[in-house]
Amino acid sequence: MSEKKLLRKRIEASKQLNDLMRDYFYRMDRVSKGEEEGKIAWCTSVGPAELLSAFGFQIHYPENHGAMLGSTRLAMEYIPVANAMGYSPEICSYLTSDVGSYLKGETPLSKAYPGIESVPRPDVLAYNTNQCRDVREWLEYYAKEFDVPVVGINPPHGMAEVLPGHIDDVVQQLKDLIPTLEKASGETFDIDRFRESMRLSRECSELWGDVLGLAQNVPSPWTFFDGCIHMGPAVCLRATQEPIDYYRALKEELEQRVADGVAAVEGEHLRIYWEGMPIWGKLRALSEQFSELNACVVVSTYCNSWIFSAFDETRPFESMAQAYTELFINRSEPHKQTHMERMVREYKVDGIVFHDAKTCPNNSNSRYGMPQRLEEELGIPTLVIDADLNDLRMYSEETTRTNIEAFIEQLEENK
Amino acid sequence: MEALKLAGLQREDVGSVVATGFGRRSVSFAGSIKTEISCHSTGCHYYYPEEITVIDIGGQDNKVVKLNASGRKTSFKMNRKCAAGTGAFLEEMAYKLDVPMSELEGLARKSATGTELGSFCTVFTATEVLDRIRGGEQLEDIIRGLFNSVAKRILEMDRLTGRVIISGGVVAHNPIVAEIISERAGVNVEIAPHPQEMGAFGAALYAAESQTIQHQEDNQLSVARR
Ligand code: SF4
Repeated sequence: MSEKKLLRKRIEASKQLNDLMRDYFYRMDRVSKGEEEGKIAWCTSVGPAELLSAFGFQIHYPENHGAMLGSTRLAMEYIPVANAMGYSPEICSYLTSDVGSYLKGETPLSKAYPGIESVPRPDVLAYNTNQCRDVREWLEYYAKEFDVPVVGINPPHGMAEVLPGHIDDVVQQLKDLIPTLEKASGETFDIDRFRESMRLSRECSELWGDVLGLAQNVPSPWTFFDGCIHMGPAVCLRATQEPIDYYRALKEELEQRVADGVAAVEGEHLRIYWEGMPIWGKLRALSEQFSELNACVVVSTYCNSWIFSAFDETRPFESMAQAYTELFINRSEPHKQTHMERMVREYKVDGIVFHDAKTCPNNSNSRYGMPQRLEEELGIPTLVIDADLNDLRMYSEETTRTNIEAFIEQLEENK
Repeated sequence: MEALKLAGLQREDVGSVVATGFGRRSVSFAGSIKTEISCHSTGCHYYYPEEITVIDIGGQDNKVVKLNASGRKTSFKMNRKCAAGTGAFLEEMAYKLDVPMSELEGLARKSATGTELGSFCTVFTATEVLDRIRGGEQLEDIIRGLFNSVAKRILEMDRLTGRVIISGGVVAHNPIVAEIISERAGVNVEIAPHPQEMGAFGAALYAAESQTIQHQEDNQLSVARR
């Protein structure tokens, strides 16, 4: 049998990405060690980062650390440690990986960035339960461990429509964070600084939306798997200038690919929607499997979650409340379905793969009949993969491979 | 080699080889590979060229595949992570009960309805079975209960629509499973011809099809060259 030699098309901007992330981690490390002025905040991935930034905090994202633990597969060493202290194997495996690594006093940052011994020590912790309750439990645990304040937003959930009353509620909650943040940072709240971080974040988010949107082209210049790697700045550095410069460069490179007709997956024949979390420890293997099968994963709910279209620096509190409350993950099932239907059309999708992540029901959208409804409405096939974001004990290599292969065979039959 | 000998053929007589099953990528002499999901479906479509649901109960996994009248898959489901309700489950239970696999069917037929076992998990089911034995339940009822459990796992996977065909090794040796599924779902479930070899048969159909295409291409080529 002939084995196809795989060439993963390298994105040139990756070098810039690596530098950006390296500088980010070293800067936080210096601040944490007191070698540089500043304070550290830990924030959930769709938490109030722009507000923290307005106080000058350097921001560490435990979920990003969780994803690093997943992709390096170190999660498998740490999850059991957290399980043993009472954090169930059924709850968020980012949380269990991260808490486990903390308990063992280890971090993949040390290997990637020599000299960094641990994640930066927080001065304050901030969450938003717009995504799940796990993030709150997670940061509250660290608040006790580090004896620092924890603040949070608990917005309404599952709305079909975000109404003015919802926004008022969240705006008030955001404003209530200010006294604690002032105390932790030693700085007075300055609305102009807040506007500036909202402006930067809006620009970053718009550019991130643009680069993701380039995958609407046939063939697509990049894949969901590339997106999972290149999303780092949009998550971790979003209220700063650096990601704006970075995404401009990336956009230019990908636009050139589009102009030249360069496909991320050679001979792209099928276009796939990935619904749900990445399977971090298998990102590369899955990326290669789809390429081998001439299928390009062009769109995902996941990468699109960091497009905050509502951001508007002229109404910083209201627009921030709007953006972080109207997120896909925080919405009603019919709203989610309409969103997915639009994505399927815009990205010319042939089939949808749902990842049912064992430890993240919040980001698993196959559990209330969505695949069946989408099949009926759109007439396109769906596949559900049972796995997890970080916990590979929930992952069966052969079953997943076979499911994907059979799904592609099915799509080919119908093409 | 064994297969060639049985068929009285030489290697050169075989025009095309399609490998299927979990080990499909390790078959060094195969020209191409197809998943068992496609192969079982294609095999069943050959015998039932109409809208069908194919249930395949294998050693490690179960599948429910839906085909339209032209043989195209419209959906498929594989069992979730564990081997609950598969051949491996029956094997494990037979071992625990110290009953040879070949006797399961006969014993189950002596029971009218069988016991109901609650758990998904093979290990928990084993505990439950021990408990039933201690509670004085008959071996026949317990064994029929195991087949009930296999049927339940299948019926949870998808709705059964169109004509329902069942294949795979488990049903080849234990046709009672088809009857239990029939009874429980209220639909007629038919056992495919040579159910255990259906995947291999489907793979052979793919191989034959690729040969036909090859011949057609060769013909076209020679016409064009003329
Ligand atoms: S949304 Fe899911 S993956 Fe993210 S923190 Fe919550 S439980 Fe974990």
